[in-house]
Amino acid sequence: MSESGTVSQMTDRRTRSSARRTEGGEREASPILDVKDLSVSFGAVQVVDGVSFNVDRGRTLGIVGESGSGKSVSSLAILGLHRNASVSGSIVFDGEELAGASAERLRKLRGSRMAMIFQDPLSSLHPFYTVGEQIAEAYRLHRRTSRKAARERAVEMLAEVGIPEPRRRAREHPHQFSGGMRQRVMIAMALSCEPDLLIADEPTTALDVTVQAQILELIARIQAERGLAVIMITHDLGVVARIADDVLVMYGGRTAEHAAARTVFKSPSHPYTQGLLASVPGAGWAAEDGGDGRLRAIPGSPPSPLTPPPGCRFHPRCATFAASDNPEICTAEHPLLIGTTHKVACHFPGGVQ
Amino acid sequence: MIIYLSKRLAAAAGILLVICAVTFVIFYVVPSDPALQACGKTCTPERVAEVRAQMGLDRPIWEQFGVYVVGIFAGRTLAAGVECGFPCFGFSYQNSLPVWDLLVDRLGTSVSLAIGAAVLWLIVGLTVGVISALRQGTTLDRSLMIATLTSASLPVYFVAMLLLLFVVRVTEILPYPAYVELAEDPMAWASNLILPWVTLAALYAAMYARLSRAQMIETMAEPYIRTARAKGLPERTVVVKHGMRAAMTPIVTIFGMDLGGLLAGAMITETVFGLPGIGRLAYDGIVKSDQPVILGTTLLAAFFIVLANLAVDLVYAVIDPRVRYS
Amino acid sequence: MTTVSTPAASPVAPAATGRSPSRVIWDRIRRDRAAKFGMVIIVLFVLIAVTAPLLTMINGWSPYDFDPTAVDKRMAGVPKGILGGISAEHWLGVEPVSGRDIFSRVVYGAQISLLISVLAMIVSVAVGTVLGLLAGYFGGWVDAGISRVMDLLMSFPSLIFMIALISVMPEGNRVLLLVAIMGGFGWPYIGRIVRGQAITIKHREYVDAARVGGAMGASILFREMLPNLTAPILVYATLAIPTNIGTEAALSFLGVGVRPPTASWGQMIQESMLWYEVDPMYFLVPGTCLFLTVLAFTLFGDALRDAIDPKGSR
Repeated sequence: MSESGTVSQMTDRRTRSSARRTEGGEREASPILDVKDLSVSFGAVQVVDGVSFNVDRGRTLGIVGESGSGKSVSSLAILGLHRNASVSGSIVFDGEELAGASAERLRKLRGSRMAMIFQDPLSSLHPFYTVGEQIAEAYRLHRRTSRKAARERAVEMLAEVGIPEPRRRAREHPHQFSGGMRQRVMIAMALSCEPDLLIADEPTTALDVTVQAQILELIARIQAERGLAVIMITHDLGVVARIADDVLVMYGGRTAEHAAARTVFKSPSHPYTQGLLASVPGAGWAAEDGGDGRLRAIPGSPPSPLTPPPGCRFHPRCATFAASDNPEICTAEHPLLIGTTHKVACHFPGGVQ
Repeated sequence: MIIYLSKRLAAAAGILLVICAVTFVIFYVVPSDPALQACGKTCTPERVAEVRAQMGLDRPIWEQFGVYVVGIFAGRTLAAGVECGFPCFGFSYQNSLPVWDLLVDRLGTSVSLAIGAAVLWLIVGLTVGVISALRQGTTLDRSLMIATLTSASLPVYFVAMLLLLFVVRVTEILPYPAYVELAEDPMAWASNLILPWVTLAALYAAMYARLSRAQMIETMAEPYIRTARAKGLPERTVVVKHGMRAAMTPIVTIFGMDLGGLLAGAMITETVFGLPGIGRLAYDGIVKSDQPVILGTTLLAAFFIVLANLAVDLVYAVIDPRVRYS
Repeated sequence: MTTVSTPAASPVAPAATGRSPSRVIWDRIRRDRAAKFGMVIIVLFVLIAVTAPLLTMINGWSPYDFDPTAVDKRMAGVPKGILGGISAEHWLGVEPVSGRDIFSRVVYGAQISLLISVLAMIVSVAVGTVLGLLAGYFGGWVDAGISRVMDLLMSFPSLIFMIALISVMPEGNRVLLLVAIMGGFGWPYIGRIVRGQAITIKHREYVDAARVGGAMGASILFREMLPNLTAPILVYATLAIPTNIGTEAALSFLGVGVRPPTASWGQMIQESMLWYEVDPMYFLVPGTCLFLTVLAFTLFGDALRDAIDPKGSR
């Protein structure tokens, strides 16, 4: 989280800057990625259940959730990176249906039109090959260029992501870079073929705060320059507040809430989202903000996909459920996702303020 | 780098010296009498005493040891007035030849055996291991692992004899092996070594299959493999260029050690197949208490092991970039 | 990256149901068919070894009795009858020339094999654990010295040395000698593991806490470190036994094992080399016993190792 203010202040700033960005440019008619009813299961275990979202060019979707909420599994499913999963639903990328597409077709898209960066850049980069080789590899494959051209491209990309002395450093190995630099390398690698979509899976979680900010700024800058669509997966609301235009809150493999970032932060509707927002510093409970100084955590732990709670998956931890008089519907039926621009899946949306 | 190398070489020399000393001491305790062996059964006790003095056996042990070690490099004169030049490992009275000549003569056999088996076990072992890893959990994987486990549990001499029984005796596909020099007749050399190669390789191939399978499985679960796939690389590139490159690295170390241990003779295999190698020489020497031979073969074996250790460390620095900068 | 964790991948920690770690391990082993097969064979051979005197009494032949009537003197002593002389009298046939009963010899061979292997393993573990702990805990020149010795021992061409040492000491109890020598060459392997673990544990917080609480050096060692070392020691021990069985057999094969007429599988195989063409049973029987025992212990040892620390690399 940033030291410079509360969450709502940050989203205000964010929305203003995003408004500046879309000025002078036409909004694309259809989203670059349109996911409808995505479900992913491994054998009998259903990890993602009926999730829908879309991302426009030049916009960032933040997917928020705890471990096990299915956020990473969803994005891996988009890229077709699951080995033994059954994936259903519709995944339309730039007008092309990916669900059911051949493995070969998906492979061609991966790295060239859709790219992904991961959480721990040290273990996500091959320890034995130089950074330059790893960046050049995808470029050479997808663009069918010569080795020399690919190497040049690698140096170019390293410079673009802000690595000093790129020519020299391209010949070094990942362990010779610091954490933040390594993540820049991953970004360089992902963007070398100029993809239309970048999925970033917790890219800043393993980095310290100042470096986090730099990486997020880098992604935002590149997005502005190229009109890149970004999906930012994170459990950190501070990251979301910083760069997301829209937010998808996932819980137990399902969508809990889905709206523009400003809306989610200013008027969260789902009790889970409210709980998340209430638990961050800057939400007003800290002593210095005049609160009682007690950390507001959401009680309980995430549901196991093997034995999900009956009805609404969140009800065992829900403050609204606990405070309510007749909550039978919460244990009987899972709530449908309702709404147009602000979607919520809750029987009693609005809950406790 | 130079400093590191010299330190390692010094350590290696130290180890060899210690092994030499230990072996020397062990055989100092031997009840059999080299002087008696040298002189022969018909010698009178006085004559034996003379020979003992000539051979320097009445000197204190550390002096004998010193003479031996210096003699390796500087050469020395042996009892019967025989000159023994560099490198001098003494004289084998049982074989009536200088030990060095014996070693050189038989080194070819042992090295042929070791290298042929090594090539065989690497090819078979690594292939089986990688295939098993990629098809983890399938029937193929399970059957291959049962096969390797079986092979690894069979003692070398048992395999040798099973092969002799079925390949030579029952089906008569091959004749009973008799060693032929490579230079003499390459075809005969190879066909005579096939059974020993297979026997020796069977054990190691099984071990390497299990090892490479485990390595491969672990490596393919690493995050950088997922990154490679996310880049859109074809699966074959992911497996070979990214997976195997990392998985095989630790196996290089083990291979170096195994090969080093085998170069100085595979005692059991040579004995069963009657191959004139250094392992067999060592065994015969021990049984007949031929001290110079025992010392010579032990030192040679230790030399190869220590050399292999060193080589492996250097190779590792080349293939694993993370090691270079520490 | 966040993944859904599946229960099977968890290391040994008390599950929500509250089973102790050893219970968890036992349950995992029980589910492994190969491990069960291994256990059955192990138990079988242990029983055979332990009840050897009883079995030979039932059989009617001791391992040292000659039976000239079972071999054909006119054919250089080849056993009469098929399959190396199997009959109601001699359940697994007889040895050529001497006519000694193979069943009895194999049964007593099991005794020797298991006895020597287990004792040698105990020696290795005892010496290795103690020295490894000392090296790991004290560090400094104690560690340097012990590590040098371990490196040295592992550089020795062990087979040659074992043979040399044994052949040099002619008198005395061969069994004890074999145990001492095999144990003496085996300890560096477990010593290294224990040393590594000791060093890791040494730096862990709870040891520091114990120190703050006033515990003395030695008691820290034994009370805090030993429980954590049980797992790797156990795994090593179970896998050292088949190695030792193989080594003992190899030494016997080369003629430096237990002295005849004591029965040993390796030695029987060595004698059988002359006869493999006309009497293959003579080498097949002890060979198969050797093979099965090594296989069984290896299967069980592997399963144990996987049960203690499943990394999914099975």
